[in-house]
Amino acid sequence: MTPQKLSKIENVEFTINNILEPNLLESEAIYIIREVVGQFEKPVLLFSGGKDSITLVHLAHKAFYPAPIPFPLLHIDTGHNFPETIAFRDELVEKLGLKLIVAHVQDDIDAGISKEESGRYASRNLLQTATLLNAIEKHGFDACIGGARRDEEKARAKERVFSVRNEFGEWDEKNQRPEVFELLNGTIDHGQNVRAFPLSNWTELDVWNYIRSEHIEIPSIYFAHQREVFIRDSMIWSVSPHVYKDEDEVTQKSWVRFRTVGDMSCTAAVFSHATEIDAVIEEITDSKISERGARIDDKRSEGAMEKRKQQGYF
Amino acid sequence: MKNVLKIATAGSVDDGKSTLIGRLLYETKSLEEDKLKAIETSSRNKGYDYLDFSLATDGLIAEREQGITIDVAHIYFSTNLRSYIIADTPGHEEYTRNMITGASNSDVAIILVDARKGKLPQTERHFLINHLLLTNHIVVAVNKMDLVDYSEEVFLEIKKTIEELAIEYPDANRTIHFVPISALKGDNIIEPSLNTSWYNEKPVLNILESIEVNNSFNTVSLNIQNVIRPKTEQYHDFRGYAATVRGGDLAVGDSIEVVASGQKSKIKSIYLAGDSFKKAKEGSAVIVELENDINVTRGDFLIVGNDKYVKQKSIEAQLCWMDHTALSERSTYLLQQGTSRVRCKLKVSGEKLMKHHLNETDALAINDIGTVSIKTSKEIIGTSYATDKNLGRFIIIDEKTNNTAGVGFIL
Repeated sequence: MTPQKLSKIENVEFTINNILEPNLLESEAIYIIREVVGQFEKPVLLFSGGKDSITLVHLAHKAFYPAPIPFPLLHIDTGHNFPETIAFRDELVEKLGLKLIVAHVQDDIDAGISKEESGRYASRNLLQTATLLNAIEKHGFDACIGGARRDEEKARAKERVFSVRNEFGEWDEKNQRPEVFELLNGTIDHGQNVRAFPLSNWTELDVWNYIRSEHIEIPSIYFAHQREVFIRDSMIWSVSPHVYKDEDEVTQKSWVRFRTVGDMSCTAAVFSHATEIDAVIEEITDSKISERGARIDDKRSEGAMEKRKQQGYF
Repeated sequence: MKNVLKIATAGSVDDGKSTLIGRLLYETKSLEEDKLKAIETSSRNKGYDYLDFSLATDGLIAEREQGITIDVAHIYFSTNLRSYIIADTPGHEEYTRNMITGASNSDVAIILVDARKGKLPQTERHFLINHLLLTNHIVVAVNKMDLVDYSEEVFLEIKKTIEELAIEYPDANRTIHFVPISALKGDNIIEPSLNTSWYNEKPVLNILESIEVNNSFNTVSLNIQNVIRPKTEQYHDFRGYAATVRGGDLAVGDSIEVVASGQKSKIKSIYLAGDSFKKAKEGSAVIVELENDINVTRGDFLIVGNDKYVKQKSIEAQLCWMDHTALSERSTYLLQQGTSRVRCKLKVSGEKLMKHHLNETDALAINDIGTVSIKTSKEIIGTSYATDKNLGRFIIIDEKTNNTAGVGFIL
């Protein structure tokens, strides 16, 4: 299947423009994606359905066009997704003619590899790690391109662009390879893999501005909509079969949107009336809370992200 | 997009690098409420009566436990004038490789000096590393001025010792700013401090806001990352080369020479994502087609126009060794220049510029910096780093461990 052009001009191929003024963040991300393809035999793009991984797909498309994206997408499906993100995922894959691999957390629970958490804060977030590592091993992936950004979280601020994982998927955060200039060294032994982060130097606002300027489509839950929610620990939780709710927790219908999208059990909403992208960008610019302030998975302890990363998390 | 300034901190342990960054974030209102609250809670739990801003950047559990920086953290903030990427680097000698990681990707170095201790061995090491990198802008921040009663005399004495270092490691393109600060108390960070009325220059942030980056390169080049062969019906005969335009602008019709083969061609077209351009400015990631079918593969350098370059199988370079296993003159290593790799042998040829405090041998061990002669299996571009920063730098990879063992600068 011939890949479709992503930009707004769908019917004109190779329009002639005069001068290309680079967006340096875009150039850097494309450079990194191309290095992954140049240095590894079996790369994969970790796709969550969130805005960062959608941006990655857009960048990968730009990096190789008119050739198709030369690697598949891998979605670690917790089974607790927002239905909107799954529908969006399938449309995107269809439109661009991509190969999608879905690994189900449920399968690992059924096989006894993972154990479902219970209680008020039960989430399948942590269980994704085992499913991810199994999928990497099963398919023999040697590089996983991820949408993590350094501005998101303090442990991520420490990570290299090419970050080596051993055969157990572990990140040795105290002994990372030096990474000088733009010179990336992805040499690894068989069984190891590299996590590659093209968006390392992007901030949340950079991603949003890029989505706006490139007219990239994103799932509707990023924009304000009415939803049945309840408040716990000053966070806004969605009412869903996948989210534990005490009987005395009162629900309400509110205008909300999601600033970051994990699965339903670990992503809290924010109150918002921003129904289109300009309003979203304005809201983020004025926000006094960080993006991951709405991530329940980061709140478990001060080193929550680092501990997950050590074990092989995204 | 705002103009971006990339900064790396430098200086010895406990000179207050992380605290300065935290203070800059705080004063520019870049710390969100939830992050500030986390710092307040942690500071209180540790029994401090002040905010420990180093907690904003020391993101690893082991770092917070030991109160030190182990690896570089990248921090992002912006003012009305520009965006900043700050690499907060470790001061410990044993983590010099992480300091180099941060410094190599920056335009400006902020070297912190503790007013009570003055120039330390690490101050000199970091100054030297920035000298090798040819960092054009250095801000020497004499910190903890509050602990020396904001003494002008102390400041001037330290300034003199750094100026002596600058004479020892000269660079005509380098500008050094000196500023007395207290990162903890906030003196001369974004506003002139009343405590240092004798200081008439700008505070740290104003210095950063006014720095103009001017990286001059002499050679326009394309370093091929991938060969693009769609093999679809529509683009059956398309053969493009993916690369980033470096060292200047690229235009359709420019002549090119493939370094490895010496073959020549011309740029037929420049693409990005289905759009075609007559010209691509420096820094553009593009796909180019050439006018005739010549042999070009990943790793090839295409030199654009009539820019001069030299091809050599033996080069002299300055090398920072970053691996726990010392350099072995009997081993073969990989030399990576851009995306191109060749086998090489290394021989220590000159006096060491800087020695690890424990290393008594002649071999180049971890954190040593010295001059080496390098023999490569194939010809490489021998352009010096001083002539062209893009082409004159490389890394050394140890094939036995896959580690990035060294970073070099061609002389």
